[in-house]
Amino acid sequence: MYVYDQYDQAMVDARVAEFRDQTRRRIEGTLSEDKFRPLRLQNGLYLQLHAYMLRVAVPYGTLSSAQMRVLGDIADKYDRGYGHFTTRQNIQYNWIKLEDAPDILADLAKVEMHAIQTSGNCIRNISSDHYAGATPDEIIDPRPYAELLRQWSSFHPEFLALPRKFKIAVIASETDRAAMRLHDIGIRMVHNDAGEIGCAFYVGGGMGRTPMIAPLLNGFVPLDHLITYAEAALRVYNRYGRRDNKYKARIKILVHELGIDEYRAQVEAEFAHLQTQGIEPPIAELERIKAYFVDPTFETGLSDAIDLSNADFARWVRANTAPHKAPGYAIATISLKPLGKAGIPGDATADQIRTMADLAKAYSFDELRVTHAQNIVLPHVKKADLFALWQGLVAADLATANLDAITDIIACPGLDYCSLANARSIPVAQKISERFAASAKQDAIGELKLKISGCINACGHHHAGHIGILGVDRKGTENYQLLLGGSEGADTSLATIVGPGFSEDGIVDAIEKATNLYLAKREDGERFLDTYRRIGMAPFKETIYG
Amino acid sequence: MKIVTGNDLKTGAVTWWDGAAWSLHVNDAMDVGDHSADIIAREEAARRVVSAYVIDASSDVDGIRPAHIKDRIRALGPTVRLDLSLKPADPAAGTWVI
Repeated sequence: MYVYDQYDQAMVDARVAEFRDQTRRRIEGTLSEDKFRPLRLQNGLYLQLHAYMLRVAVPYGTLSSAQMRVLGDIADKYDRGYGHFTTRQNIQYNWIKLEDAPDILADLAKVEMHAIQTSGNCIRNISSDHYAGATPDEIIDPRPYAELLRQWSSFHPEFLALPRKFKIAVIASETDRAAMRLHDIGIRMVHNDAGEIGCAFYVGGGMGRTPMIAPLLNGFVPLDHLITYAEAALRVYNRYGRRDNKYKARIKILVHELGIDEYRAQVEAEFAHLQTQGIEPPIAELERIKAYFVDPTFETGLSDAIDLSNADFARWVRANTAPHKAPGYAIATISLKPLGKAGIPGDATADQIRTMADLAKAYSFDELRVTHAQNIVLPHVKKADLFALWQGLVAADLATANLDAITDIIACPGLDYCSLANARSIPVAQKISERFAASAKQDAIGELKLKISGCINACGHHHAGHIGILGVDRKGTENYQLLLGGSEGADTSLATIVGPGFSEDGIVDAIEKATNLYLAKREDGERFLDTYRRIGMAPFKETIYG
Repeated sequence: MKIVTGNDLKTGAVTWWDGAAWSLHVNDAMDVGDHSADIIAREEAARRVVSAYVIDASSDVDGIRPAHIKDRIRALGPTVRLDLSLKPADPAAGTWVI
């Protein structure tokens, strides 16, 4: 993992001191709310329905055990005993007091964490593949490049007041686990014909009220031009992105209105100019960063055999582990989606957060990842340790075996917590989870990514759900639109609205009808998404509304 | 009736104007008639509340009920964590919101 140098630490410590002074002035009355609001937002502090909410950055979703433990301690010390892992691989706390916020940032700074780049019209926290550095299907670990981009974008003076927020994802696999093409800039590490590694740039994707899939901007940018090219792409957006209309200010609108060819021409012109300015960091800096991401010392000669005689353990292994690049190891995902009405997607208690930290220390080289699907990954677990890990998870109520199943639901906080929401998301997720909790039913359905947003801002990624749900306000009453056919993977697609919306109970019934039709119509090996793509919307519409 | 709500500046807690001060309980809210703008300006200037606004509500034997679901959730707390709401001992509290 990356370790702060003296400059990183000095920047974060200075930021804490600055915000402590700003908070003091706000409480004493020498700083108005109008002036304070953008300052607190730049430090991740929102005012939500019930209290202040603090969003903490987890760069590319990577955490050490010590950092995870502090996140649990903050939940106990300053919040109400739990935290919420988000679809941007961050964590947020729902019950923060303004007067405590500087102390929380100070606690975070002690473990090289902060809340910078979690709000405002800047380049937000960089996201990445939660299997990075562990999966056999990547050509290189993308995190050093994400870290280089993080350092470039943090406090970048030219990009602190962009037309709108700006999200970047970096991956290095054909399998896209980061919704890369639904970002403002998506970067995939690729090989060129000469076998050299570079970056394919996709630009102008996003969800929100105008979902778009990012088109390819440049199929191969050499590594020693990564920052210069990113700067050129941002400069064109910063120059021409619409500031007159918040709803048309994202780069996807600019790219759509200009057309990708014209946008590309402008980026290339800016890139040519910037190459004369010498802004690219020396390759030695990238090498310095890379040194922090070397593989842990994997044991050799390990067996790949796993004793699956315990049925519950076997089910968890099949559902929640993935192949690892090192023989004898596995990637293990901890589901934060307990079955039934009790669970809240992405929530974990302080004790659970600390338990995950302890398990990572014992079994995963001290490392954890937050996924955009609101789960936690232990990236490097010896297969021989999986049973002990699972027992630890069972004891902490963290052993739900449902990764990528219909109950592994992404849900935004919705109207239960969020001041922007129009409808509640979590109760709908709970009712769906309860309806499909029986393991035989889930197993029969197989992979089905269900995503719920409580408003058009789409924090719950409903556009990218095999089944998506969008909560809307219909004359003061919650109403839920059903969408089908979205995907965030390598086969990225946007979901389509089926028809008129439903009540809270009606949407659950509609989903059951859709899954029943899928089970009746599917052919060998087809996922729900595959069957939908083959037979189209009409039969689903007829079944759901007929 | 018109009632005024906001958040406590220091703690962020949801509060309701009761005619003399800010209460955590919506049933303490007072009908402010057409005086909301003056109340909000004065109280925000005094830093006793932040992001205050006026809403429609109704009043009957069961108490005061904000007109919009968002404000009813603010008045109660998250419906999915009634243990953290203002009525942790009432398992039916969530239905009041709907």
